[in-house]
Amino acid sequence: MASDTRYSNRRYVIAGIAIVVVVVYVIRLFSLQIATDDYKRNADSNAFLKRTVYPARGNIYDRNGEMLVYNQPTYDVLFVSNEIESLDTLDLCATLNITRAEFDAIMSRVKDRRRNRGYSPYTQQLLLAQLSPEEAANFQEKLYKFRGFYIRRRSIRQYTSPNAAHVLGDIGEISQPELDRDTTGYYVRGDFIGKQGIERYYEQQLRGVKGVEVLLRDSRGRIRGRYMDGAFDQPAIPGHDLTLGLDARLQQLGERLMQGKMGSIVAIEPSTGEILCLVSSPSYDPSIMVGRGRGKSHLALERDKTKPLFNRAIMAAYPPGSTFKPAQGLIFLQEGITTPETLYPCHGGFLFAGMRLGCHGHPSPINFQNSLSTSCNAYYCWGLMRMLENKKYEDIEESMTRWKDYMVAMGFGYRLGIDLPGEKRGLIPNYEYYKSILGPRWRALNVISIAIGQGEILCTPLQIANQAATIANRGRYIVPHVVKAVRDVEIDEAYRTWHHTGIDAKYYDIAVKGMRGAVVGSDYGATCRRANIPGLEICGKTGTAQNSGTDHSIFMGFAPMDDARIAISVYVENGGFGATWAVPIGALMIEQYLNDSIAAERLPLVEQIESTNLIPANYGS
Amino acid sequence: MALRRGNIVRNIDWVAIALFVVLTVCGWFTVCGASYSFDQPDLFDFATRSGKQLVWIGCAYVLGFVIMMLDHKAYEGMAAYVYVAVTALLLVTIFAAHEIKGSRSWLSLGPVNVQPAEFAKFATSLMLAKVMGAYSYNIGRWRDLAQALLVIFLPVALIVMQSETGSALVFFSLFIMLYREGLPGAVPFTGVAMVVYFIVGIKYDQTMMAGGATSVGTFAVLSLIIVFTLSMMRMYVKKEKLLKAASIVCVAVPLAAVAVSVWVVPFNVNHVMVGLVAALAVLGVYRWVVSGVRNAVYVSLFALLSVVFIFSSSYMFHNVLQDHQRVRIEVLLGMKEDPSGAGYNVNQSKIAIGSGGFTGKGFLNGTQTKLKYVPEQDTDFIFCTVGEEQGFVGAAGVLLIYLFFILRLLWLAERQTTAFARIYGYCVASIFLFHVFVNVGMVLGLVPVIGIPLPFFSYGGSSLWGFTVLLFIFLRLDAGRG
Repeated sequence: MASDTRYSNRRYVIAGIAIVVVVVYVIRLFSLQIATDDYKRNADSNAFLKRTVYPARGNIYDRNGEMLVYNQPTYDVLFVSNEIESLDTLDLCATLNITRAEFDAIMSRVKDRRRNRGYSPYTQQLLLAQLSPEEAANFQEKLYKFRGFYIRRRSIRQYTSPNAAHVLGDIGEISQPELDRDTTGYYVRGDFIGKQGIERYYEQQLRGVKGVEVLLRDSRGRIRGRYMDGAFDQPAIPGHDLTLGLDARLQQLGERLMQGKMGSIVAIEPSTGEILCLVSSPSYDPSIMVGRGRGKSHLALERDKTKPLFNRAIMAAYPPGSTFKPAQGLIFLQEGITTPETLYPCHGGFLFAGMRLGCHGHPSPINFQNSLSTSCNAYYCWGLMRMLENKKYEDIEESMTRWKDYMVAMGFGYRLGIDLPGEKRGLIPNYEYYKSILGPRWRALNVISIAIGQGEILCTPLQIANQAATIANRGRYIVPHVVKAVRDVEIDEAYRTWHHTGIDAKYYDIAVKGMRGAVVGSDYGATCRRANIPGLEICGKTGTAQNSGTDHSIFMGFAPMDDARIAISVYVENGGFGATWAVPIGALMIEQYLNDSIAAERLPLVEQIESTNLIPANYGS
Repeated sequence: MALRRGNIVRNIDWVAIALFVVLTVCGWFTVCGASYSFDQPDLFDFATRSGKQLVWIGCAYVLGFVIMMLDHKAYEGMAAYVYVAVTALLLVTIFAAHEIKGSRSWLSLGPVNVQPAEFAKFATSLMLAKVMGAYSYNIGRWRDLAQALLVIFLPVALIVMQSETGSALVFFSLFIMLYREGLPGAVPFTGVAMVVYFIVGIKYDQTMMAGGATSVGTFAVLSLIIVFTLSMMRMYVKKEKLLKAASIVCVAVPLAAVAVSVWVVPFNVNHVMVGLVAALAVLGVYRWVVSGVRNAVYVSLFALLSVVFIFSSSYMFHNVLQDHQRVRIEVLLGMKEDPSGAGYNVNQSKIAIGSGGFTGKGFLNGTQTKLKYVPEQDTDFIFCTVGEEQGFVGAAGVLLIYLFFILRLLWLAERQTTAFARIYGYCVASIFLFHVFVNVGMVLGLVPVIGIPLPFFSYGGSSLWGFTVLLFIFLRLDAGRG
């Protein structure tokens, strides 16, 4: 009856069991809660739905504040695989206007972790992007039937005019190579990124910064509000608006005039380097690159033999022809090879040691200024020969190098650094270049065709326009650029810095007079009288770039003569002599920009040019 | 009267009372966290679970006070009546209860539902204490042991018939008390051995060895049986001269059999192993017959029962258990991964606890429990909420409070002057230990999912009151000790 002590030691066994159990459980707690983070991460992906908030992309305006590109709402369809239940696939496909096969293809592509590393059956994945508001409304109506599907508002780009496709560029869904290149991890599949033009070049400024909303999701996938009332949310930061140097109306006229022609127009404001218009023809309406049709449109443009995607203004390198002559003559003067009074003979061309390079008929001998007005070939051949073989240089290597350095200082031979992707550098040959072709003992006569901008020399239309601006500025230039201002941010210093050519302004004055003479006429003749619009003081220089087919027609000019407000280059492929097409187009562009309109008597000319088709129907085939 | 009351107040174990209060208060806060809903943020609204739990706790305190007011001798006197009454109630429940989640264990009494199984615990404990506390009771006698087992297994049978297996299992914890009262250690050892056989046997059943005809699981279990049998012979049959020779045979024969199976003819080595066990059993019987050593027969019995158990449990597992039960066991033993099905609860529970980290997310800040990722989070899985919101510090703290509480109960039980009070005390401590062991183990993924509440934490009036009555009767007995 009294306390039984026989087995009372067994209490220690029992107490021991209790202690062991608790110790084991505490160790287990330690391993779950402290030793590893896995459960924490698991819990976060369970409970937190991090919803990306897309920022508004910056708008784009022209130099007069006219809106060029803005955002319009569009809708994405998303799904969470784990939540999809008893799906009527056919109904879904019909509502979204896709075929069953397309649907299956998208699903398998999204679920393939090798191609879509961000895939998880618990998170929202992109099914279709950029539905129009009407399509989205249809889908929204039936959304209750499709468990696990969601709709998300995004915005797409809208263009106010069909112009300036090459400058503005477009945005599209990010590609795998672009994702791989993104070291910051900012982009995810399905994001949009600038693909061409300034949309691509100014991607960082335009896109803004994505925000995130942390939402709480319960075990059935329902959203139960914001975590900590949004304490961990990050608002999206909208992109910066861009103001371009472009003048929308000038651009529009340029594209009109280039209808049916291949080529380009580049206009620059000499005092700032801002690009006033940049036309590459043929062009396309940028709005076809928006939305789900982008892929198809892009493919069609890629297949077009006239290469509408190719931005000729900065990517095409042609021989500059006679537009190269001012640069040549200025180097001779600066180097003391010639003086403004130096005269060279020209009797139907350059004749030396049995070599002949033809010229048209004009009075002889001729000085620098007049040679520019009448575009004499012989003057520059003489000049180049005298320079390359001058005794003041040790050898032809030194003289050639000196010549090349001036050319580079004038902006030739290398990329100027415009704020558009894909600019080409052209070609200014140096001593080594000819040495490798002609051997070490080459002489000026071997390369004499570069004197008149033929031969190996290649320049982009942008470089020629920059040359016009440099002359208008009497020897200095700012790197041409499309974007005039980024809101709240200063533009790159490169677009605010003057470059000097190293040639005295007084020599440029002579070149300017020569180019003015080419327009108003001189005793020696004139090449671009058709550019003589009273009251505008246009200075110009024609060029004809030899081509396997019909020659390319080139015009380079600026106006007014002093304190120029516009410098321009016009290239018309297969346009024949420079005077034929390039000169009137250039003059009309200058008139439009300076007067803000075209005089009534020249409107028929505009229409005539616009309706001229220089592209053969069987081009490229 | 006044004197006696003063005695009680002085004799009450205030430490145990304080631990009880701490546990119920912590429990209430945890229920708040676990049942917190975005739609009803008011914790004191009686329509919410936290509000209701507050009422249950208040009632429990009153109940405890009432129990302390009664004379301690009354409990021994009414033990039999209570037991009979509760047993009758259990019987009625089988027929009267409406089904909730597949079990028929809830009785509707007007506005409240009660689960009689919760009250069977203290009734059975009282009855056991009465039966075993009798002066003439000797647990070493078969008759007396059978009496105790009958008292235990009558409610177990009735509760199993209510499909409330979890609560039925709780009664097995009373073997801890039986052990303290003199049940031979071999009995609980056999119980533990069976569990080990089961786990090892099932987990490695499909793994083959020695030429491909022998199941690793069965082989390992048979090896264990041989080792246990030989050890028992050494312990209980002191003068066994053949023990050394038998041990050598038991090592050599399996090795030889495995070698033959690997290099000569593949065959099921387990047949040889069964033969060995049988031989050992024969040895035991021989020793009894020849030398009259009675313990030898028990050892033989152990060996044979073990073999029968391993083969019948394998048969049970594959042919008798229902699919979902089998899957549960397979998931627990790590034989299957099934995070969305049978393993869902435990997986989510581990995630919730693991995400708590060192100090937890803070009161009402648990995301996993609040967003209902863990099923039954305010009843059986409530420990998750402790782990998530209070972190390692809180969860380990709660476990230590439980440990302290149980050790205190053991210490109190041991100091009792009457066998009735001591036995009852051990019943109480055993039941609490079992609940904590199974419930927390389940939440931590260490014990199979068995739906029993965590004392004083889990939401619900029945279990809270059941535990309160269980505890306070003991505290009353303790306060009235002579």
